[in-house]
Amino acid sequence: MPLLSVQDLRTSFHTRNGVYRAVDGVSFSLERGETLGIVGESGSGKSVTCYSIMGLIPQPPGRIESGTAMFDGVDLLNCPPTQARRIRGKRIAMIFQDPMTSLNPYLRVSEQIIEPLIIHENITKAAAWERGLAALEAVGINDAARRINLYPHEFSGGMRQRVMIAMALITKPEILIADEPTTALDVTVQAQILELIKKMQHELGMAVIFITHDLGVVSGLCDRVQVMYAGKIVETADTRTLFHHPKHPYTQALQRSIPALQPKGSELYTIRGMPPDISKAEVGCPFAPRCEFGTDACSREPTTLQPSSPGHAHACGRAHRGEI
Amino acid sequence: MPSPILQLTDVRTHFPISHGLIFKRHVGTVKAVDGVTLSLAPGEVLGLVGESGCGKSTLARTIMQLVPTTSGAVVLEGKNLTAKSTREDLRRARRHMQMVFQDPYASLNPRMTVFDTLAEPLRVHAVCPPESVSARVTELMQLVGLAPRFMQKYPHEFSGGQRQRIAIARALALEPRLIIADEPVSALDVSIQAQILNLLSQLCRKMHLSLIFIAHDLSVVKHISDRVAVMYLGKIVELGTAIDVIERPSHPYTRALVSAIPTPNPEVERTRQRIVLLGDPPSPINPPAGCSFHPRCPHAQETCRTAIPALRTAGVGREVACDRLGEF
Repeated sequence: MPLLSVQDLRTSFHTRNGVYRAVDGVSFSLERGETLGIVGESGSGKSVTCYSIMGLIPQPPGRIESGTAMFDGVDLLNCPPTQARRIRGKRIAMIFQDPMTSLNPYLRVSEQIIEPLIIHENITKAAAWERGLAALEAVGINDAARRINLYPHEFSGGMRQRVMIAMALITKPEILIADEPTTALDVTVQAQILELIKKMQHELGMAVIFITHDLGVVSGLCDRVQVMYAGKIVETADTRTLFHHPKHPYTQALQRSIPALQPKGSELYTIRGMPPDISKAEVGCPFAPRCEFGTDACSREPTTLQPSSPGHAHACGRAHRGEI
Repeated sequence: MPSPILQLTDVRTHFPISHGLIFKRHVGTVKAVDGVTLSLAPGEVLGLVGESGCGKSTLARTIMQLVPTTSGAVVLEGKNLTAKSTREDLRRARRHMQMVFQDPYASLNPRMTVFDTLAEPLRVHAVCPPESVSARVTELMQLVGLAPRFMQKYPHEFSGGQRQRIAIARALALEPRLIIADEPVSALDVSIQAQILNLLSQLCRKMHLSLIFIAHDLSVVKHISDRVAVMYLGKIVELGTAIDVIERPSHPYTRALVSAIPTPNPEVERTRQRIVLLGDPPSPINPPAGCSFHPRCPHAQETCRTAIPALRTAGVGREVACDRLGEF
């Protein structure tokens, strides 16, 4: 039985300009200890998927239209808030892209880092503080005994992300959701943080959902990858298969447009047209207007994520029929 | 070798830090750019890489003379811009060098239409008669792949990639010889990034432009650049052809930087040994003595703490600032 199983999640935002279907029928599951990468461009719904699971969607304007997210027998999307609160922040934790804005600038690091323990565990403040100190040391902060009393602005970007990780992992969660945790950091610091996440995952045996737009980060870290486009999962496979035998034209196009995989100085492949307007209801494949293999039928027929081989599924009708 | 379009000689840009409101005390200096010597040939694309705070953007602003130079010379097409340039001199020089910024949401005036934005440099520098401004704007828009019918639209009506095209068109309006692009694709999605990279390299070839391309993404820099300069704490630590520097890095910092980039290839990514640097880049206010990289360098020795390594020739067209080169 998977650790987390999301079925037919639909999240939309109701605004004056219409209904934005940010997540449009997403289903996936996560095994214990597994690392799942969610890749997509901005607006593809990768963050909203995870925000929905964590109950972080502002409602209104957001609305979770349908779906279930089963975690240990509890449906996180439809259970009473008290029950969800016992899981979120304790057994499922999250870290965010920008460590500058996701820490509270008014509170000392010590208070922020032990907050999950105070809330979720029956623990004295002194004992929580001890564990906070140990958590900071575990994420590689030198001189933790002094630094635990500092404010967030006294830390550098990489150090703040370490504090965030310490805070997220202090309750020993079973799932860590990492939403572009290294995008705001320099490459050398990014390497440190990725190593740290790997190390902590190894120690705690937790599952990680890693949201990123960087295919390079995914290739080293993730066991399985799912590619999102316009609120839908268009392809999912284990990392090797996805990189070496991508089936969906969007995945292929993404790979052809990154300089790292192309000969130097060659013309990069560009995806024609613009990302779709998700406020308009699409019948067919959302990528069809930009796809070089798109036909009229693609824009008419609804697409579904179907397996093409064990562990590999994609949503391209033409590839399934063997036409491309 | 043709005479360089741009020649920097021992350029330093320091910013004083002062405390106090009325009685200002000088408490320190940020050595943002600290002794950079560089030349750029016509039509050449130079990639400038380094971590945040290493002085890449300040170097760009120094070349543009947007910040005062502390010492050294910036020579553009034989004219020294640093030595007693009047505003008029600079104004004339700036026609020949233009800049494209990172964030196309912030670098375009939201109250100006595309036409206004592109016509402004033409009017200011009076490069074409008023009646042909419109034709020139149309031409510029076509050059960067924008439909001229969008001429009367405002920046908010465009996507990030289109805005960056407008910013590039604005930079090209005066037919400059040199363009400095400061992280032009960092804020864009991969598919849009590819479009802008293609556009920039096409324009360089077609118009024989020189380009200084600043980025932190080494794979992007390798793709577009002829030569690459790696900066660390205000100094260039390695300079050479793009392939040489990125595929065969010599300086320990470049090695670490190259090994830190995740490559989109699962096999390579899982087997290779990554050099993970300890700590954060040090502050340019109190740079370490000797080689500024020594506190993070895996090969540092006693001598590295005292002697500042100079940028020395190491092979054809290759310069490296490391005293222990070849010893590890």
